[in-house]
Amino acid sequence: MNVADKKRLLREMLFARRFEERCYEAYVERKIGGFLHLYSGEEACAHGVLDAARCGHDYVITSYRDHVHAIKCGADPKKVMAELYAKETGVSRGRGGSMHIFDVANRFMGGYALVGGPFPLAAGIGKGIKMKGGDEVVICFLGDAANNQGTFHESLNMARLWELPVLYVCENNLYGIGTRIDRSTAVIDQYKRVSGYNIPSAQEDGQDIEKVYKAAGKALNHVRSGKGPYFLELMTYRYRGHSMSDSNAYRSKKEERMWSERDPIIMLRDRLIEAGEISRDDYKAMDTQVLDIIEQDVIAFAEASPEPRVDELGKYVLAENDPWVYGGGR
Amino acid sequence: MANDPLVICMGEDIGVAGGTYKATNGLYDKYGPERVIDTPISENGYTGLGIGASFLGVRPIIEIMSVNFAWLAMDQLFNSAAKVRYMSGGQLTAPVVVRSPGGTAHQLGAQHSARMEKVFMGIAGLRVVTPSNPRQAYGMLKSAVRCNDPVFINEHELMYNMKGEVPDDEYFHPLEGSEIARDGSDVTLFGYNVSVHWCLQAAEILAKQYAINAEVVDLYALSPLDRAGIAASVRKTHRAVVVEEAEAAVGVGAEVIAIINEESFFELDAAPVRVSATNVPIPYNHTLEKAAIPNVDDVVAAVRQMLGK
Repeated sequence: MNVADKKRLLREMLFARRFEERCYEAYVERKIGGFLHLYSGEEACAHGVLDAARCGHDYVITSYRDHVHAIKCGADPKKVMAELYAKETGVSRGRGGSMHIFDVANRFMGGYALVGGPFPLAAGIGKGIKMKGGDEVVICFLGDAANNQGTFHESLNMARLWELPVLYVCENNLYGIGTRIDRSTAVIDQYKRVSGYNIPSAQEDGQDIEKVYKAAGKALNHVRSGKGPYFLELMTYRYRGHSMSDSNAYRSKKEERMWSERDPIIMLRDRLIEAGEISRDDYKAMDTQVLDIIEQDVIAFAEASPEPRVDELGKYVLAENDPWVYGGGR
Repeated sequence: MANDPLVICMGEDIGVAGGTYKATNGLYDKYGPERVIDTPISENGYTGLGIGASFLGVRPIIEIMSVNFAWLAMDQLFNSAAKVRYMSGGQLTAPVVVRSPGGTAHQLGAQHSARMEKVFMGIAGLRVVTPSNPRQAYGMLKSAVRCNDPVFINEHELMYNMKGEVPDDEYFHPLEGSEIARDGSDVTLFGYNVSVHWCLQAAEILAKQYAINAEVVDLYALSPLDRAGIAASVRKTHRAVVVEEAEAAVGVGAEVIAIINEESFFELDAAPVRVSATNVPIPYNHTLEKAAIPNVDDVVAAVRQMLGK
């Protein structure tokens, strides 16, 4: 990873953080409704893995904590925010919301709100890639708690059995909603759980983007070479509660402080400052610029956009005018 | 499968073994393991896998060996396939076909005898069809695999041996609408899948023994139901009996009668009735099993009571 890449990723992660924290404000202001799951603290996972992948070419699928992955895949942040504002200009035309960001043109295949739901969908995308003879892979990001669903076991078994090109990335933030991993899960190290399916795996520090990038590169090489799936566990931490309705009272201040000292953005920033590549003032200027874009570009677009029309409530339920519904005749 | 290399079949025992009911017999030898896939016994997993593949243009025909096992796949079928078009604002579709036999067969007990169509037909974004004869079964599958919506085909374990005429040429059956299986004027018997045959037999008895001329409407599409077709037949006969193998509660009969009320209430000469199963888990004992589900005599009795004959 060269210096230019590090600077770019620093800015991208900072943008993601500021985007998510602005969502928090908008939610408190009741501009955003429903459930809102924020990614703050976990930025190095999505950015490190997806920088090693080919965004827009490789397929990506994830859970409800999906804004940042979508933007990294190429989704326009204005349209992501407009979706959160439930506007017609949103990526999913205001029908999806925070948990259902989709940008299929950029091969971001969506956020899904059933824990563990994307495991088999990712395997199926892998099957589709294989049948069509493409060189893409599919990357499935899910949290540690999803691994206690049946879909985890069913999908890993099939992905290995049929050697499907899937990279499963486990963002292990140590909590399944409010329950700490050691209270819900018999095996704490998630990367060990896939050995039962003969799938190669690794565990990496998810706060250090350089380490994530390197581990993801190795994992992606494995998947691309046609050897079947790979499972990468990234140790990370979310700063906010599971969702906005989570009081976040189940974690100690000491634990939160410990993780904030390993903030992925600060770690990369300080590394660049120590190396003399940027100054503190450069970083401040970057932050100011990011905040300006979010306010004047992203938020302004979402605010100004129209809502979906009520007379289009029934649109997108079924295919429109599909001739096969009428036996191919009409 | 011959026309489109992206059409695949998936399910338990469908490949090497040719399928529990032999619906896929011979396909494995013809198209190989990449396209005729013997899956592990992981209904939710392989249904989800088929849905994911369909995002990329693959056309999976997923067989779930028994509709009772489809309960396990409802998460992926309902939460993913049925909703993805809507929640993506039209960007993604899941054009999967899921075929599964249900129904009460021969003493299969409570966990292998369910009728589940009532559950599937309540899900927005999912089409539900149910063939009553080989022509429909053939033509519906051909339409369903080409349709851009997810389609659930509700089959019946007792109907795989049925013989019937199938068009010589390629035939595509509609996925919406209904068919008049028997023309009549005194009462409409609404049936679907196996109950169409009970209605037809009852209509013959009613004609011969009681001089009642019953119309039989085959509701081969359960979602969406054919509102116009249901109303048209009631306008003609002014009486309606809905016959279903399933329990009455929250069922096809309840839905059809609600449609009759909404579309043609003032055409009615009698209150519509349901002929349906007793609300019990299907028992193993053969006598009890037969008592739990309706039969031709129950249909005849319901019509006679309605007409006072």
